[in-house]
Amino acid sequence: MNVDSIQNGIVIDHITEGMGLRLYQMLELDKGEKSGSVALLQSLKSGKYGRKDLIKIEGEAIPPRISILGYIDPQITVNMIRDGRIIRKESTVLPKRLVNVIRCTNPRCITSTEAGCDHIFNLTHSGRYRCIYCNAEFHSAASK
Amino acid sequence: MRHLIDPLDFGMQETEAVLDLADRIAANQDAYIDAAKNRKLATLFYEPSTRTRLSFEAAMLNLGGKTLGFPAADVSSASKGETIADTIRVVGRYVDIVAMRHPKEGAPLRASMFSPVPVINAGDGGHNHPSQTLIDLDTIRQRKGRLHHLTIGFCGDLKFGRPVHSLTKILTRYEGNKYVFISPEELKIPKYLEEDFLAPSHAEWYETQDLEDILPKLDVLYMTRVQKERFFNEEDYIRLKDTYTLTEDKLESAKHDMPVLHPLPRVGEISMDVDDDPRAAYFDQVQNGIFVRMALIMALLGICDPVMGKEVLLHEC
Ligand SMILES: [Zn+2]
Repeated sequence: MNVDSIQNGIVIDHITEGMGLRLYQMLELDKGEKSGSVALLQSLKSGKYGRKDLIKIEGEAIPPRISILGYIDPQITVNMIRDGRIIRKESTVLPKRLVNVIRCTNPRCITSTEAGCDHIFNLTHSGRYRCIYCNAEFHSAASK
Repeated sequence: MRHLIDPLDFGMQETEAVLDLADRIAANQDAYIDAAKNRKLATLFYEPSTRTRLSFEAAMLNLGGKTLGFPAADVSSASKGETIADTIRVVGRYVDIVAMRHPKEGAPLRASMFSPVPVINAGDGGHNHPSQTLIDLDTIRQRKGRLHHLTIGFCGDLKFGRPVHSLTKILTRYEGNKYVFISPEELKIPKYLEEDFLAPSHAEWYETQDLEDILPKLDVLYMTRVQKERFFNEEDYIRLKDTYTLTEDKLESAKHDMPVLHPLPRVGEISMDVDDDPRAAYFDQVQNGIFVRMALIMALLGICDPVMGKEVLLHEC
């Protein structure tokens, strides 16, 4: 299957099969003003990984939450496309800060009682995420 | 606007500037009696801690300021269902500075994000208590004349002992310090302290279970409470309790100028006969507490030091 290649925009490639929709939601591509069309392609054939999902975002705007990709799935690549050509191909890196991507589960943490409180985690020296409120380390058992 | 939520919120120079001011206040209290005139401090204590609350209030009164707050028993009705964010937006309009104690970790940080005035974390659950850390630093500096190239022993409950974690973190900023962590196996320091602070700062540290053995090597000894409820069974507690109790007899082998610190209240980790030993520094900590909190209030309010003619943090007068 083929969706028209885009002239300007971003292609998020090598998404683990089945993760595309979750990513689409986490990037909040369903919200806000769209400057162009967005396509979510699921279960594409891929030599390298068997099957994969893929997201194409048309337009020059970069989704503000794009940096969370590295946290969600490190094998993802992000291609920036201008005038029909890939100008940059990036592997993702772990973002320094995650806002409302993962949740603090420490019952002694203010996030457990305060209404409307964002769950914010920072990346530490040792490559882990800690809640900015209680410093509890996030254990990703649930997300893997 | 600046707040003090985590002991590391102030840089090294800023921290020492606050301690310097505390020392100047201690040396010349009369010069500061009007320093915070017409300013108000709110003590928002969502859990009782009379000692800490009185210390903040005394500090503000010593500076000629005023204080207001609510007794902890009224908290539930005073703040029923209201978020920290809303409470601070309201209270922040009555006063110039807030000291907050809260059973939930991170509550003061949350408050600082919405507060129109500086917030001091006066203890958030078992998490941070940065003014205590500044007091510990101040006391060590007073007794040893420096904060670097010291061998510091921490003894007792190092797993849950918040003051130990905070003091260790802040001391790793200084060169040449060595750390000896003396605790039973089940109360060792948490891994993150090694991975995120000790290792990255290339500090030397080691862990032992024996206080008496190591005592002669220490420049500073920091004792902490060993609470019964941290142990799995009563036998262990009884067996270990005495090992981690400091007595005048044990002090015999220690250096003559090794200060003994303890965040207080103690529950028997330091026997009474140590109190008269010149090395006992824990009651100094209480006295220093007032001066450090006075300095902290002045620094965060951007009040000019009447002795030096300049502000303590960041800005020029
Ligand atoms: Zn948390």
